[in-house]
Amino acid sequence: MSDLTTPPLLEIRDLHVRFAVRNGQVHAVRGLDLTVHRGEVAAVVGESGSGKSASMLATLGLLDINASASGSVRFDGTELLGAPPPVLRSIRGGRIGMIFQDPMTSLNPVLDIRRQIAEAVITHRQVSPRQAESKAVELLEMVSFPDAVRRARSYPHELSGGMRQRVMIAMALANDPDILIADEPTTALDVTVQAQILDLLRSLRQSRELAIVLITHDLGVVAGLADTVNVMYAGRIAESGPVVDIFHRPQHPYTIGLLASLPRLDRPDRELTPIGGVPPRLYEEPEGCSFAPRCRYAVEACHEVEPPLERVEASMVACSVLPMRSRTAEGSL
Amino acid sequence: MSLLSTAPRLLVDVAPRSTWKSPWKRVTVIAGMTVTSFWLVVLITLSWWAPYKPLDAVGGRLQAPSWHHLFGTDALSRDVFTRTLYGARQTLPVSVGVIVCAVTIGTVLGSLAGFFGGWIESVVMRLVDVTLAFPPIFLAMAVAAALGPGLQNAFFAMVIVWWPIYARLIRGQVQAVKHRDHIQAAVSIGATRWRILRKHVLPLSFTPALINATLDLGQVVILTATLSFLGLGAKPPSPEWGAMITDGAQFFYQWWVAVAPGIAILTVAMSFNFLGDGLRDALDVRAKR
Repeated sequence: MSDLTTPPLLEIRDLHVRFAVRNGQVHAVRGLDLTVHRGEVAAVVGESGSGKSASMLATLGLLDINASASGSVRFDGTELLGAPPPVLRSIRGGRIGMIFQDPMTSLNPVLDIRRQIAEAVITHRQVSPRQAESKAVELLEMVSFPDAVRRARSYPHELSGGMRQRVMIAMALANDPDILIADEPTTALDVTVQAQILDLLRSLRQSRELAIVLITHDLGVVAGLADTVNVMYAGRIAESGPVVDIFHRPQHPYTIGLLASLPRLDRPDRELTPIGGVPPRLYEEPEGCSFAPRCRYAVEACHEVEPPLERVEASMVACSVLPMRSRTAEGSL
Repeated sequence: MSLLSTAPRLLVDVAPRSTWKSPWKRVTVIAGMTVTSFWLVVLITLSWWAPYKPLDAVGGRLQAPSWHHLFGTDALSRDVFTRTLYGARQTLPVSVGVIVCAVTIGTVLGSLAGFFGGWIESVVMRLVDVTLAFPPIFLAMAVAAALGPGLQNAFFAMVIVWWPIYARLIRGQVQAVKHRDHIQAAVSIGATRWRILRKHVLPLSFTPALINATLDLGQVVILTATLSFLGLGAKPPSPEWGAMITDGAQFFYQWWVAVAPGIAILTVAMSFNFLGDGLRDALDVRAKR
């Protein structure tokens, strides 16, 4: 799906995000590289605190004031890091839409949903409130909101989680953005509703050539929707590549561990293997590879030198041990 | 889909529309409503049916209550009943005006302080601290005395005393609301900070100020009367409750001169408090009784 001849729509290079905390700072994102092409679904996978949300908030300039971001985020030729507020505002909601993890708290409780979506329209277009509201109803129909015309005047508390997430998606897509950043869009929803929302994202992506950055810790979601996968660990990319390669020939021990801890319907006899230990706390820079303390393939060098991200077959992998092995042994684990 | 479109009316109509709890069940609220409405009606229609003129001498000095003079007459032979009713025309507009001004100033400054923080917050909140460091009556007296006696100056004095209460209240609310998820969602659709403050933060921060305003109305009625009683508010001939009590205080055995305006103050202040209580119960989801 990714077309390498055209310049990427979103290109993040060497992004660092630091949070100032009581005694020192947390280096939450440590040199993230991420490329998203037009119409592509790029998944960012990792456990809590791996820096996936922080990097996306940094992209839109939504970080709290105690955070600082450095590096480069180019969107369609425009540098977003350090861009003046008016530029950021026109891109937020205009060309990049964002949906959040918890639709229960992400809607304003005192505005009905039609007015709330209309707000998103009015913010970016010169339209009358009436036009904006009819556009809002159209958007609700687009996200398959049941009985949209009649229920457009509901308040958030009258809606279920799935319906609210549809409203969030309608708001994010109000101005026909090029990219939708979906920060764990299905985490707060129950499983059947998750599937509906994923179906919706899939069909929207096809009908409007929407690129999606899908932040999640759910590999099932990734497999169903993504074109490329970026596995993050402790603020860095551990491994990135096309979804097929990541799932079928993972190169990084962390990716392998993640997949091994996933139950599979087609192999019910297989035992689930958890990854031992916990991710490092990023109050101080880890010595060597940040995954080394939990890695069963780690050698001495792993604790000393942080491995760079290198191309291995179709993927990029930051590991100095396993890719070598698989290259020499020609075997997949 | 078909299921939803065949029976949508049920879905919409059964859902409760608001969390408003009926305030009508409480006796105090009904009493507050009744007394307030009574004074409002008096205030508006008074000129058409008042038995006398508030400044006219009628009959003899210091006459006891009778059918001709329901609350007797004062030292200048004026009808106390008429003057008491006319007093509403001074006190009620002043009290409501003070609260409206204080809430407006407090809301503007408090929300700016809470939302933008930084030096705006420092300046506003230090000003608030300084003002609140004085006991309200003393500060109001000092300001009124400095500006010179008169109801208008008393008005300004009371606004100066009262706005910081609302500034602090609103600032706290705004700070709590601005960290909610839906505010970040509003930022992510590209809304400006002003728009977010107006559309998303203030509507959710205002309820406590509204409740407090109703409760404070009674306090302002009392403070207005107090300032006038001390000679810092309305000046003598005008029928103001506080000033009338000052007059009446000189005549111990002609109790009606002071008691009539006293009852007026009591009923008005109490009914405003009852209304405020009722409003709080109706609006505040957290204050469960």
